[in-house]
Amino acid sequence: MKKFSLLNHERIPMHEIMAEDEISSVLKQYGIGKEQLPKIKVNDPVIKEINATVGDVVKITRINPTSGKSYYYRLVIE
Amino acid sequence: MDKIHSMPKRVGAIKFGLISPREVRKMSITPIITADTYDDDGYPIDMGLMDLRLGVIDPGLKCKSCGSRAGECPGHFGHIELVAPVIHIGFNKIIRKILRSTCRKCSKLLLEPAKKDEYLSQLNTLKEIGHLPETYVNEIFKEARKAKNCPYCGEEQLEIKFEKPSDYIEDGEKLTPTEIRDRLENITDDDVRVMGMNPETARPEWMILTVLPVPPVTVRPSITLESGQRSEDDLTHKLVDIIRINQRFQENREAGAPQLIIEDLWELLQYHVTTYFDNEVSGVPPARHRSGRPLKTLTQRLKGKEGRFRGSLSGKRVNFSARTVVSPDPNLSINEVGIPYEIAKHMTIPLKVITSNIDILKKYVSNGRLIYPGANYVVRGDGKRVKITEINSEELAEKLEIGWTVERQLIDGDIVLFNRQPSLHKMSIMAHTVKVLPYKTFRLNPSVCPPYNADFDGDEMNLHVLQNYEAMAEAKILMQVQENILSPRFGGPIIGGIHDHISGMFLLTRNEKNVNKNDALELLRKAEVRELPEPMGYDEVGDPFWSGKQIFSQILPKGLNLEFSAEVCMKCDTCKKKECEHDSYVFIEDGELISGTIDERAIGAFKGLVLDKIVKEFGTTRGSQFIDDVTKLAIRGIMRTGLSFGISDEDIPKEAQVQIQKSLVTAETEVSKLIAAYEAKELDPFPGRTLDETIELSIMQKLGKARDQAGNIAGNYLGLENSAVIMARSGARGSMLNLTQMAGCVGQQAVRGERIRRGYSGRTLPHFDKGDLGAHAHGFVKSSYKSGLNPTEYFFHAIGGREGLVDTAVRTSQSGYLQRRLVNALQDLEVQYDRTVRETRGVIVQFKYGEDGIDSTKSDYGEPEFVHKVVKSVTGKEVV
Ligand SMILES: [Mg+2]
Ligand SMILES: [Zn+2]
Ligand SMILES: [Zn+2]
Ligand SMILES: [Zn+2]
Repeated sequence: MKKFSLLNHERIPMHEIMAEDEISSVLKQYGIGKEQLPKIKVNDPVIKEINATVGDVVKITRINPTSGKSYYYRLVIE
Repeated sequence: MDKIHSMPKRVGAIKFGLISPREVRKMSITPIITADTYDDDGYPIDMGLMDLRLGVIDPGLKCKSCGSRAGECPGHFGHIELVAPVIHIGFNKIIRKILRSTCRKCSKLLLEPAKKDEYLSQLNTLKEIGHLPETYVNEIFKEARKAKNCPYCGEEQLEIKFEKPSDYIEDGEKLTPTEIRDRLENITDDDVRVMGMNPETARPEWMILTVLPVPPVTVRPSITLESGQRSEDDLTHKLVDIIRINQRFQENREAGAPQLIIEDLWELLQYHVTTYFDNEVSGVPPARHRSGRPLKTLTQRLKGKEGRFRGSLSGKRVNFSARTVVSPDPNLSINEVGIPYEIAKHMTIPLKVITSNIDILKKYVSNGRLIYPGANYVVRGDGKRVKITEINSEELAEKLEIGWTVERQLIDGDIVLFNRQPSLHKMSIMAHTVKVLPYKTFRLNPSVCPPYNADFDGDEMNLHVLQNYEAMAEAKILMQVQENILSPRFGGPIIGGIHDHISGMFLLTRNEKNVNKNDALELLRKAEVRELPEPMGYDEVGDPFWSGKQIFSQILPKGLNLEFSAEVCMKCDTCKKKECEHDSYVFIEDGELISGTIDERAIGAFKGLVLDKIVKEFGTTRGSQFIDDVTKLAIRGIMRTGLSFGISDEDIPKEAQVQIQKSLVTAETEVSKLIAAYEAKELDPFPGRTLDETIELSIMQKLGKARDQAGNIAGNYLGLENSAVIMARSGARGSMLNLTQMAGCVGQQAVRGERIRRGYSGRTLPHFDKGDLGAHAHGFVKSSYKSGLNPTEYFFHAIGGREGLVDTAVRTSQSGYLQRRLVNALQDLEVQYDRTVRETRGVIVQFKYGEDGIDSTKSDYGEPEFVHKVVKSVTGKEVV
């Protein structure tokens, strides 16, 4: 059977695992700790797809007509 | 000094459990043993229900337990030792489950040890991830019930029947509360855990009461009537009953009364304790007052709309508020609200006396509360509040000095909040400036009806008077009506012309209408216009005249450029724009209406483009002034020509009626043909449809077309000189469909989008043949409302009409509940100064409000960009 990647679907925005330094700059920008980020479960299909693990932060790049590009950050939780 | 004390604290955790008999006794200040409350001298009896140690409610007295005064003393519990245990009515469900899933002999939970361990670990994981264990616990109970014999002692398990309100019958024998309690007592702590309970805070036997807490008198205060007679609280009455029966029970038991009497008394005790907790248990006659009124006991205090939760905690009554019927007044600004003198005299605003206002405040104080404008109270320098009366008003005015506070009555220009329930969006509460007026209703400009969803068929509205400058400033900046002309829901105006404003403007601006000087001045009299423009021309006598478009242009701001198709636009294949022969292409240049008719598209609430543009380009103040002018001009505009609607407006000529009849008959024969084809099985089904569905759809289609045709025929004979057509086409009120139904044909009545099929088997009414598929047998109404419906049509119409009523009733309750859940879920979210949306823990919900940070009221009807329009307004050219 052919394997499809979820990430290729047009309705799924780009998900990337963030590097530590990138995370800390985002946290600093918003003046928050990691646990104050929005969450996403490890068993979420898209998280499985990019092989993120608990404690990772994923950066989601959403493209929409009103804002152009917008970023969203989610902490991967159990 | 007390500031720190009132700092908000965070609740770490809340734990719910059962209260144990030990705890009840521990927190009790005294056992209550006598049912009498006061002795002959009216003094509370010791160890009675009004024992002084239970707390104080009379001002001036000190509590015997804690020494504090009324208001400070929180009250102290007592307790009643019940002679025999009784069931707590609130726990029947769980008691039943436990009894059925534990051994009748050894009280073990009827599950194998391995199974118990498995369930327990599963429960623990559920707890860890924060899920409610309820459904899982129910599964455990269900599993345990299945056992026929105890896996531990081998005892055969008997079925336990539950009978309302609180009887448990095992094999025909009623279990006494004592027996039940014994069984529950014997359950091991480990088994209790498997049942999803924590034995430290909730042992199952605590669900059977052996001792009853007696709430402090502060919870059940007695009131002294005017006659000097004391009237006790319902709870006290109920407690008296419980103590009486308890005593009788004890006396009888000690005297060795027969078992039958003991059982009766036990039942009675159970009854009183049950109704003490809940006086509306099904199967239990409610305990009543001597007058026959049912007592309001504990559950009744909490439950329902007027209960503690919904009535006292979620919602409260407030001071400085007023409520009365609303009525319209187009002469008021949209920012104003008319307030009756009577209300203005009762509503006050506290003002600190300073040098610049002392003279006027002295005047208010000396006017007192009866002469308007006056003042109702003064707060002296020492903080004492003094009521102003006729007697002391002069004296107080004399004494008034800087540093005092005067609570003066409402006057014109004060800022108040105005509200109509249901408050579904932020525009349901807006700030208005006061205009004190005679008569007894609140008056508002009809343009602000849409945001409040108000009409004047008896609607009432609430008013709240702001009490300090910060609140007034905040209200004026954020909540004033003019700041809410544009709705954040769709980025367009929600306040604007309605009904007669639209018809009036339509009549005034449509085509070339000559307005003489008298009329022109009359029309613009109330608007903020002080000069007439150059007349458009002069009549035969040499008198000047103006066009309606010119008159309308006077209220437009200079520098306004705009073009769009009006609501009346016929949607011609190629729009001739400015040259439109229907006068329906609005073209405004530098605040001058060059062509087109002003209707709903221009000034209407929800759709008004002129309104939208003025607010966005010239600001909210100019916007509100424009709406004020529109309302005034439109009202005079409609009065100049007059607009009325009567039964004769639905008259259509004979030939039109014949035409309509003909087209309806044709449709009916076509339907008959379809049916014949269907019955002959010659009909081709639509793709993906059965034959039955196909015939229904085709018939619906045919009849729908027939109705539209009837409407078109009628419409052709009803032109723009017909007032109903004017209203429908300009968007003021009603639609062409309404007119079609009145003058042409009412059309198909439907239930759930289908033709009417319910009723008798195979037919809707007994005077049709079984299986008749014809139009008239399934709710097609050939008549018009004007010609009148025949009995079967009338019946079908009632069926269709009822569906609409039921729908709205169901929808409002459903959307109300949905709204409440949404509000409860979102109420703590806040947009922070860094534009993130966060909840109370600081957890980010959105990194930018709405993920795009766009304020829809500042953008163009929710569109993110405005550049094209800006370029066009500067260069005059459309740029793609
Ligand atoms: Mg109403
Ligand atoms: Zn006390
Ligand atoms: Zn057993
Ligand atoms: Zn046109």
